[in-house]
Amino acid sequence: MASLIEKSACDGLLPRVAGGTVLSELPAARVTSVAPFAGKTRALGAALKEMGLGWPKPGEAVGTEGASILWSGRDQAFLIGADPAPLSGLAALSDQGDGWARMQLKGPEAEAALARLVPLDLRLSEFGIGQVARSGLNHMMMLIARTSETGFDIMVFRSMAASAVHEIGTALDAVAARGRLTS
Amino acid sequence: MRIAGKGLVDRNTPVGFRFDGKDYTGFQGDTLASALLASGVRVFGRSFKYHRPRGVMTAGSEEPCALVTIGRGAAQVPNVRATVQEIHAALDARGQNAWPSVNVDLMAMNDLFSPFFSAGFYYKTFMWPRKFWESLYEPAIRRAAGLGALSRKHNEDHYEKAYAFCDLLVVGSGPAGLMAALAAGRAGADVILAEEDHVMGGRLLAEMQEVAGQPGADWAAGVLAELATMPNVRLMTRTSITGAYDGGTFGALERVGLHLARPPMDLPQECFWRIVAKRAILATGAHERPIAFPNNDRPGVMMAGAVRAYLNRFGVAPGQTVAVFGNNDDAHRTVRDLKAAGVKVSALIDVREEATAPDGATLHAGAQVVDTVGRKGLREVVIADRSGQITRIPCDCLAISGGWNPALHLACHMNGRPVWREEIAAFVPQPGMVPGLAVAGAANGTFSTQACLAEGLEAAKAALSELGRKAKAVDLPQAEDGAYRLRAFWEVRGGKHRAWLDFSNDVTTKDVRLAAQENYRSVEHMKRYTTQGMAPDQGKNSNVAALAVLADATGRGIPETGITTFRPPYVPISVAALGAGGQGAGFAPQRFTTSHQASVERGAPMVEAGLWYRPSYFPRPGDQSWLDACNREVGFVRDRVGVCDVSTLGKIDIQGADAGRFLDLVYTNTFSTLKPGRVRYGLMLREDGMVMDDGTTACLAEGHYLMTTTTAAAGQVMRHLDFVAQAHCPAWDVHMISATEQWAQFAVAGPLARELLNTLLEEPVDGDTVPFLGVAPVRVMGVAGRLFRISFSGELGYEIAVPARYGAALYRDLVARAENLGGGAYGMEALNVLRIEKGFITHAEIHGRVTAFDIGLQGMVSAKKDCIGKGASTRPGLSGPEREQMVGLKPVPGSKSIGAGAHLFDEGAEPVRVNDQGYVTSVCWSPTLNSHLGLGFLINGRARIGTRVRLVDHLRKTDVICEVVHPVFFDPEGGRARG
Repeated sequence: MASLIEKSACDGLLPRVAGGTVLSELPAARVTSVAPFAGKTRALGAALKEMGLGWPKPGEAVGTEGASILWSGRDQAFLIGADPAPLSGLAALSDQGDGWARMQLKGPEAEAALARLVPLDLRLSEFGIGQVARSGLNHMMMLIARTSETGFDIMVFRSMAASAVHEIGTALDAVAARGRLTS
Repeated sequence: MRIAGKGLVDRNTPVGFRFDGKDYTGFQGDTLASALLASGVRVFGRSFKYHRPRGVMTAGSEEPCALVTIGRGAAQVPNVRATVQEIHAALDARGQNAWPSVNVDLMAMNDLFSPFFSAGFYYKTFMWPRKFWESLYEPAIRRAAGLGALSRKHNEDHYEKAYAFCDLLVVGSGPAGLMAALAAGRAGADVILAEEDHVMGGRLLAEMQEVAGQPGADWAAGVLAELATMPNVRLMTRTSITGAYDGGTFGALERVGLHLARPPMDLPQECFWRIVAKRAILATGAHERPIAFPNNDRPGVMMAGAVRAYLNRFGVAPGQTVAVFGNNDDAHRTVRDLKAAGVKVSALIDVREEATAPDGATLHAGAQVVDTVGRKGLREVVIADRSGQITRIPCDCLAISGGWNPALHLACHMNGRPVWREEIAAFVPQPGMVPGLAVAGAANGTFSTQACLAEGLEAAKAALSELGRKAKAVDLPQAEDGAYRLRAFWEVRGGKHRAWLDFSNDVTTKDVRLAAQENYRSVEHMKRYTTQGMAPDQGKNSNVAALAVLADATGRGIPETGITTFRPPYVPISVAALGAGGQGAGFAPQRFTTSHQASVERGAPMVEAGLWYRPSYFPRPGDQSWLDACNREVGFVRDRVGVCDVSTLGKIDIQGADAGRFLDLVYTNTFSTLKPGRVRYGLMLREDGMVMDDGTTACLAEGHYLMTTTTAAAGQVMRHLDFVAQAHCPAWDVHMISATEQWAQFAVAGPLARELLNTLLEEPVDGDTVPFLGVAPVRVMGVAGRLFRISFSGELGYEIAVPARYGAALYRDLVARAENLGGGAYGMEALNVLRIEKGFITHAEIHGRVTAFDIGLQGMVSAKKDCIGKGASTRPGLSGPEREQMVGLKPVPGSKSIGAGAHLFDEGAEPVRVNDQGYVTSVCWSPTLNSHLGLGFLINGRARIGTRVRLVDHLRKTDVICEVVHPVFFDPEGGRARG
């Protein structure tokens, strides 16, 4: 029997480069929402520890090589790049990997470009490596995580991938144009 | 006229530009105003009401007169201040409010009729006939008055908005601002220094004075050079802070590309910033105020501080022979600077009798200017000394100084009221008017340079201490520390000519007195009666003088008279900057389904459903209209098989031990009894008892449900569930997350639906494996998915869901297979027809004002349990024969088409409001039943089934008799869906 061809959320849209800053699609990974069942928070934390992770505090991410778990809301986190099977029975688990466009914005102008779209204080001193926030990317709902001094992971609804790429791309272009100003 | 060797502009870099169709040359660093003044241009535009020739008054963003239009076509920008706009090679500026030109303006005859155009004239005169006001008088008056005009075209230019955060925002880069930024920068705080001019330095650029033993401009350059090396300091030139808001937020407008002849591609014209600062220092300086005297608006009459700015900063003498008129020592400083530069000064007129003569100028102490001469440019001024002796003094420029008003606007934006300080005759801010904001320097009423430097430093130290930072040593430089002496003087009385207060809106002292006479004695009433302070300069040049005149006219003091409210924005902001990013499709994000591309390739017009785009219908060659396509697609589903992307419906994954109980609370009917593998239709009410949404919920496993919402209400339902969980049952074990985007879901409907699906499912299904209202996990071409047996068409129907990454592929495959079976894709039009034929509701029916009773689903409100909205739905008046109830409507044979939005009346009744019996919510042409069909709400409708009503559409002019029928038109037993 023929098989179905996969298409990533940002298929045909990325990468987008402006100056030394690049917006690219993150490699496909399993994403599972994790919400601890009543009375299971401790057991869930232990199970995550077993996986080399842990239950993230609000606004934070816990990561290892390859896998990470990002706070994503009230009593909720996104497990990325790991099989959630060990958490079964401890938390409400729901597949989310296809529901989001996952992008990386990295480079010297990443912060400046996001300052055109995101109402949060993303200065390194205020939003450090390993910090996560739910916020808006202009009019879009977004989950953002800082992964390095000049790098951010950004998740928006899959259906909005084209709008998100357009918005970030426009901001990148405008910032790059300022860089070409001489007076 | 340029003065050799004078000024800070770059004499080695000439810059050409155009004004009113003529070519001019200035220098790099010039504003349009300075370059035109240097070229001898005197008339910049015509005044608002009287079309009087107007020149340049000031050298800053407060300019009331020299307003020009820049650009052509869609990019035309009106009311640009020539004192702010920098010149560049592509600059093409024009004067405003004149026809045919600013030099020859035929509308200037308005000036001859000026006695008729005083404040309130129109409202008193054009009273009759009343209806002529809107249609005739107002448009005619508006055409004759005004400033620049918009192009009325879509502006395609790029604008931007952005956010910034800092520890300390310093507003203004004069001596106070520079000291504050330097101290905070050295202490390591994150500093933003914002300056609306294109060069930092404030008055240090415009005055001849020393700071720390060097020219003020050089000292400023040195400080700026140090600030530029600090990574923690952001210098924002061309940036006006426009408003102070809650939580330390400030609005700011940055001119990014407006000064460039060839801006880099993608560069925005302007950027609107939201700056959040933990602390702020307002160091915005002060505005020099004019004195009202007869004919004080002639081109050539300028502020003394502006004359010094043009002279010292731009190397431009604004006249060949200058006279100076003032009430304070700055008038004397002006004479000094002019003389030093070799400009002829014909007289110093000082209203103070005790004034002493400066070197080399004729002093007229205690004298006043009582008139001016020269329509298109000042030629002489007429002065009267203490005894009334008249002298005529030749001059082509009159520099006036009535004292200084602190630029305290931002400090007042949160409704704090400034206080009057008698010795400087000005309002000054009080501490704490905006939380976290301190005021320093001239903005605080402190006018000596030495004191400004000291206040800036002190304000920074205080802010640093509040921020928990240690200040580093900063030396306070030595500077001029003279006292500021003035005698309050607002108006030359007794002249027979008009004396202007608000140059921008053509408001004179006579208008203010008239307002007082007509009992508009409150300053806020005077403002609205005269329009003083309502022009682009927002009264920066006229507020205090106008209220001084009002105080005089009403016999009160200035503090008792009070001042009008200061509101953002401090300077005009283009709407394009505020709405940056919102042009065209940027207005809202676009949501595309995985099948989007396939639909577009088939030529389907895409229609918006919320933010989503969905195919309307799929045209084929030979179609006469969309209706042919729609009828064909309805036929696919009724006779063969149709495929439709239904991924846009909201999907909410709900889990937890209390999930069933939770569903019982939010739905009117019971879900806790639903078995795994089964699906149930549910109805949800708002707290007020009205229907919120409907949809199906599947039980995937014990304690695990998947709720489906309508496309329109997906967000609303998610928010509602979250609210209920947090507010009404926080202790319950229930968790929910949207799974809308995770799954691509396609309806496969029609008699051949199962046959189609079994060609691609790894395990074929039959009526038993997935019965009507069942759900089962399936594998489709190697991929794990879900199969639901639900129908929104009334036919044998399935919905198949796969992870979204396979959506595009599965859709194309399904449509190809459907076409092989004689069916195909169907769009929103067909979907709508199919559901109307079945009497299924959408948000056209559950529009927020209907109850379960109204739509005939009162039986779904379980008597055995409570639910959200149940109590409220039992209130009197929400059920019973007086309610408009949902019915089907079928026009009698041979009728014309009917339209949604039409109203229902009794047969024979006059179709007017009082006879209204209901309305139509959905209509279609049913190819299945060969008739128009409608759904609507009719008073006591269910009891009237079998009768006839009159359907009248007042907009589309239709008037049709309809039979009232049961809302399920087709297959009322539902045998086809159950299969």
